Amino acid sequence: MAEFDSATEIVVAAEKVRDAGFTKTDAYSPFPIHEMDEALGIKRTILPYLVFCGGVCGLLLGLGLQYYTHVIEYPIIVGGRPHFSLPAFVPPAYELTILLASFTAVIGMLLLNGLPRPYHPVFNVPRFNLASREKFFLVIEEADPKFDYTATKTFMENLNPQEVFDVEE
Amino acid sequence: MNQDAKEVQERIYPPMVEGHHDYASVTDKISDITLKKRTPFGWFIGFGIAFLTAQLLLITVTILFANGVGIWGNNQPIGWAFPIINFVWWIGIGHAGTLISAILLLLNQKWRTSINRFAEAMTLFAVACAGMFPVLHTGRPWLAFWMLPYPNTMGMWQNFRSPLMWDVFAVSTYATVSLLFWFVGLIPDIATLRDRAKNKYFKFAYGILAMGWRGSARHWHRYELAYLLLAGLSTPLVLSVHSIVSFDFSVSQLPGWHATIFPPYFVAGAIFAGFAMVLILCIPLRVWYNMKDLITDTHLIYMGKIMLATGLIVCYGYAMEGFFSWYSATDFEVFMMHNRMFSGPYWWSYWLLILCNGVSIQFLWFKRFRESAFWLFIISIVVSIGMWLERFVIIVTSLHRDFLPSSWGMYAPTMFDWSLYIGTIGFFFALIFLFVRMLPVISIFEVRTLLPEAKVEPHGHKHEHGGSGPVGD
Repeated sequence: MAEFDSATEIVVAAEKVRDAGFTKTDAYSPFPIHEMDEALGIKRTILPYLVFCGGVCGLLLGLGLQYYTHVIEYPIIVGGRPHFSLPAFVPPAYELTILLASFTAVIGMLLLNGLPRPYHPVFNVPRFNLASREKFFLVIEEADPKFDYTATKTFMENLNPQEVFDVEE
Repeated sequence: MNQDAKEVQERIYPPMVEGHHDYASVTDKISDITLKKRTPFGWFIGFGIAFLTAQLLLITVTILFANGVGIWGNNQPIGWAFPIINFVWWIGIGHAGTLISAILLLLNQKWRTSINRFAEAMTLFAVACAGMFPVLHTGRPWLAFWMLPYPNTMGMWQNFRSPLMWDVFAVSTYATVSLLFWFVGLIPDIATLRDRAKNKYFKFAYGILAMGWRGSARHWHRYELAYLLLAGLSTPLVLSVHSIVSFDFSVSQLPGWHATIFPPYFVAGAIFAGFAMVLILCIPLRVWYNMKDLITDTHLIYMGKIMLATGLIVCYGYAMEGFFSWYSATDFEVFMMHNRMFSGPYWWSYWLLILCNGVSIQFLWFKRFRESAFWLFIISIVVSIGMWLERFVIIVTSLHRDFLPSSWGMYAPTMFDWSLYIGTIGFFFALIFLFVRMLPVISIFEVRTLLPEAKVEPHGHKHEHGGSGPVGD
C-alpha cells in the first residue's frame, strides 16, 4: 500500500499501476475522484439497471395492489367511477415506484460494495485513518497474478509515494 | 485583461469555501462540532428550551388520548382546522431540504454542498412533525394502521380513489426516501468521525453506522451513481408530494379549494416556506459555530433570491385564485372570494397573509436586504408565519361558509390546538439540536471536493475518452 498527498499524484500513480498490468488493485481517497475510474480501469456498475427493475416492480406492485383491491377483493363503486379507475390509481403506483427504486439504489449500492463489512485488512495500517481525512492510498493485492513481494514493493516505491506500507491480513 | 477575466469569473462563480482551507482543516472544523468533548453551554440552553417546549406536545397528546378530539376547536363545518393547517405547514417546510439536496444536485449547483446536510435533516424532522397531525386527527390514532392495505379480519379495503389515501402513500414514501438519501450522504462522513473519534463508545457507534466504509475507488464509483439516482428519484417525488397534498383540497368540490392552480401553487409555497426555515436555521448556526467560511454570504444571497422567486410564484397563485373565482362566474366562488377578502369575519387573516408573503419579500429585490443576514432572518420568520396563515386562510375561510347558509359556522382554536402546534415546534428544534451535536452538519466529503486542490490536474498521460469520468458530476 502506498500513501500519496494529492488527488493528482494518486491518479498518475494509478495509471502507471494499470499500465504495468496489475488488476487486483484499489485506491482509497477521502472524496470521489472521477478520473480514478479510468485510471484503475473500473467497469461501469450495473446499479442503474437494478434500480430500473426495482422501479418497474414498484409500479407493478402498486397497480396490482389497487387492481386486486378494487376489482377482485372489494369491488365497490365510488363516485360513479369504474372499478379499475386508472387515473386515480396513478399516485399510489407512482409513489411505490419511487419507493422500491430508491430502496434498490441504496441496498444495491451497499451490497455491490460488499458493505456492511466491519473488518478489512486495510484498517490494520495505522495511517489508513487518514484516508477519511486528507491522504490517498493505493493498494496492490497479493492475489494479483503479477504480484511478487520484492518487485512490487520496489515498483511502488518508484511511484513517488510518501511511504509504502505492508498490509497485514 | 486576464485580471478582468478572473474578476468576471469570480463574480459568476464566487468561491463556495472562503478562507484558507485544505482537506484536513475542513474535516477538523466540521467534525470537531461533533467530536469536541465539552458541549457548549449555549447548546444546553437552546436544547433545554426546545426540549421543554416539546413537553407541551407530550402533555397535549396525553390529554387528547384521554378525552378525544373534542378538546380542539374543530367543529362542523370546520372539521380540518389546526391539525391539517399544521400538517401542510410542516410538510411544506420539508420540501426545501429535498430541493436543495436533489434538484440542485442535478442542476450541478455547487453551492448546495455546504447546506444540503442540515437541510435534509430539517426535512426529516419536519416530516416527522407533519406526520403526527393527520394521525392524531383521525381521533383514534391507535387504529391509524387501518390506513395501510393489509388483509384483515374485517374484510375491508382502502379506497384508493381518495386523495387522503394518496397522501398516506406520498408522505410515507417521502419520509422513507428522505431518510435513505440523508443516510447515504452521511456514510462517508460517519466513517470520518469513526476514524477521528477518541472515545471508545463513540468510535464503536460511528463504526456500526459507517458499516465499514473505507473510501475505496470502486465503492465511490457505485456510491456516486447511487446518490445521483436517488437525487433523480427524489426530484419527481418532492414535486409529487405537495401536489398530492394539494389534491386533498382541489379534488373536493368546495369553493376556494376546487382549483387547478393548486398543485404548482402548493409546491412553490412549500419551497418558499422551506427556504425560509433553512435560513432561520443556518443564520444562527453559522454564527454560533463560526462557520462563515463554509456557509458564506453568497449562500445566504442565493437562498434569498430563491425565496424571492418562489414567493412571486406564490403571489401569482393568490392572484389566480382571485381571477378564477371571478372568471368561473359561479355565485359560490365569487361569494367565497369576496367573503375571504372583504366581507367575511376572517378578512384580516387574508390581508395579513398578503402582507407576510407578498409585501415582505419585495424587500429582497434590494441588495441591502439580500446581503444582510439580519434582514434575511427577519423576512424568513415573517414568511414562515405567512405560509402558516396561507393554510389557515385556505382551510378555515373556505370551510366556514360553504353552499348552505344553514351550515355556516365559526372557528376558534383552543388552548390545546396551540399547545400541540407549539409542542411540535419544540420537538423539531430539539431534534435539530441533537443532530447538530451528534452528526456532521455539513457534508465533509463534498466540501473537500470544492477545494481547488481536489481537481486532478491534467498530466502527460493520454485519456482515451477525455472529459469527465463515466459517472458525470
